[in-house]
Amino acid sequence: MKESSDSASATGDTSQIGDVPIVADPEAGSVGLVTTRFATVATPPGVLALEGGQSLGPITVAYETYGTLNERRDNAVLVSHALSGDAHVAGRHKPSDKRLGWWDMLVGPGKALDTDRYFVICSNVLGGCNGTTGPASIDPATGEPFGTTFPIITIADMVDVQMLLLDQLGIPKLLATIGGSMGGMQALQLSVAYPQRTHSVIAIATAAQQSAQAIAFNEVGRQAIMADPQWRGGHYYGHKLPRRGLSVARMIGHITYLSDHAMREKFGRRLQELPDYSFTFSADFEVESYLHYQGMAFTDRFDANSYLYITRAIDYFDLTRGKASLAEALRHTEARFLCMSFSSDGLHPPYQLKEIVSALRATHKHVSYYEAQSDFGHDSFLLERFKMEGVISNFLASSAATFKPPVAATERA
Amino acid sequence: MSGADANGSGGAVGNGLAGAIQDRYDYRLIEEMVPDGATVLDLGCGDGELLAALVRDKHVRGSGVDVDPAAVEACVGKGLSVFHGDLDEGLADYLDGSIDAVILSFSLQQLRRPRMLVREMARVGRLAIVSFPNFAHWSVRGQLFAQGRMPVSKELPYQWYETPNIHLCTVNDFRDLCRREGLRIDREAYLNHFDRPARSLRRPNLTARIAIFAISRQAPAG
Repeated sequence: MKESSDSASATGDTSQIGDVPIVADPEAGSVGLVTTRFATVATPPGVLALEGGQSLGPITVAYETYGTLNERRDNAVLVSHALSGDAHVAGRHKPSDKRLGWWDMLVGPGKALDTDRYFVICSNVLGGCNGTTGPASIDPATGEPFGTTFPIITIADMVDVQMLLLDQLGIPKLLATIGGSMGGMQALQLSVAYPQRTHSVIAIATAAQQSAQAIAFNEVGRQAIMADPQWRGGHYYGHKLPRRGLSVARMIGHITYLSDHAMREKFGRRLQELPDYSFTFSADFEVESYLHYQGMAFTDRFDANSYLYITRAIDYFDLTRGKASLAEALRHTEARFLCMSFSSDGLHPPYQLKEIVSALRATHKHVSYYEAQSDFGHDSFLLERFKMEGVISNFLASSAATFKPPVAATERA
Repeated sequence: MSGADANGSGGAVGNGLAGAIQDRYDYRLIEEMVPDGATVLDLGCGDGELLAALVRDKHVRGSGVDVDPAAVEACVGKGLSVFHGDLDEGLADYLDGSIDAVILSFSLQQLRRPRMLVREMARVGRLAIVSFPNFAHWSVRGQLFAQGRMPVSKELPYQWYETPNIHLCTVNDFRDLCRREGLRIDREAYLNHFDRPARSLRRPNLTARIAIFAISRQAPAG
């Protein structure tokens, strides 16, 4: 893991950030080649006080930006990623990359998050394993990887780190914050914890609190990891990785991201390169072989401990914690909201978004709700470009038309 | 929202509103019925044209409901607050008397449960405004009587096999529904065309193509 630091002054840094070179790309609408950058926040003597009571610092944050921050600093859109995502939202790191960024369908010139208009930022979450400080990082106190000595972190902590990054980038108030699934939780949390820091929120396929069923799936995943003998109580770095456990966790995850319909369409009961049943326990069915492949592929790019910590953060997420109601929790938000659900989403079904809409409406907030018809289950938010982009780009445009950045921002620019 | 054009750069907010309302005299009559600064819920709001006009002209704090994804997208582009949902599911989310004016413009005839929704509108809204095509207009009667065919007109532009209009009614029918539901009729307005006022219509059930009712729940006796 690269741990370079980038503590250049906010203004000096930003002009460079805005000038990410766009290499000619045959694919129209692509941001082209992009680079992951690194910032260091909560530097000594400062630390980040975590919701769980512990503290952490310094923290490295991996992030990418697309488009240009304008002089008024009023066109910044923060994208938050989901459980297995990273800072690489759009484009390619090198021309030979086969895979594009995870939300390339929505981020780029002329796309829903139009990089000709907006300055799009995405950072890897706290506790992650793609450049931001997490359990696989070196604990400065011991010189060894944290492993399970890494403190338990929450969605609120992730958002605190995002705000420290925005401080460094010189962005006092976002035009919008947007995310799906766990990314949506971060967007909601931001609007509650930092009501003055975003003008609008787009929460997609998410919830104000993790449901019992969703916690249950996460717990099975965690138990699979911790049951793997290679896990070694979380201190496996320098040894064989607990791939078996992590891949089972990912297989369970994948089931919750699909729908009955999506699985029927994609696999049915088709057999994997077999004329008939093998009458063994090997992966006869295509759906089995798909899950095995997805599970093992995941272990090449994701850290098992990060999976434990991030799923824990998701499970703990509950905007109503310590509040009388969700409406009470959202009372002080100042943002305008767009909540979007997908009809076939079994992990965060439409009712979970409607609860947020009801609570916002009860306190007279500006909120719109959009329920896309889709058969792809929870994964829809990563697939249904054409059902999402119209309403997202319209919402961003109307947000931009009503956004007055704080006075201090314009003065500084 | 009233300063939608303040930003010059021309977002989607307020696009094409000025003048558009002139084509819809029924919208103007509805606007007259809505108090300035009211809270408004527009059921079946379509692309939000009426709601945006109310925000601009009457400074209402409004939101819309529509089942059509394209309508929701258009409303969001106008900067309106809109809920993507089915009116036949009712207004369970809203408290009694929580909205100043609840509007149902030319959607009554498309509902599966129109009586339920009218009741719900009067429960939630201090004022409920309902507009609909009058199925007893003489030209409608004439098409049925003279040609023996299902009526097609500017207000009822569909052939019988493709019409979304499943619960058509007449002025007298609607008055009767209000009586059955114990609703007070505060105002009635009639038109013969969407885009211009009508001369006084003395027997609206026969002579009006478009009816607009403002109704409210009668205060309990005593």
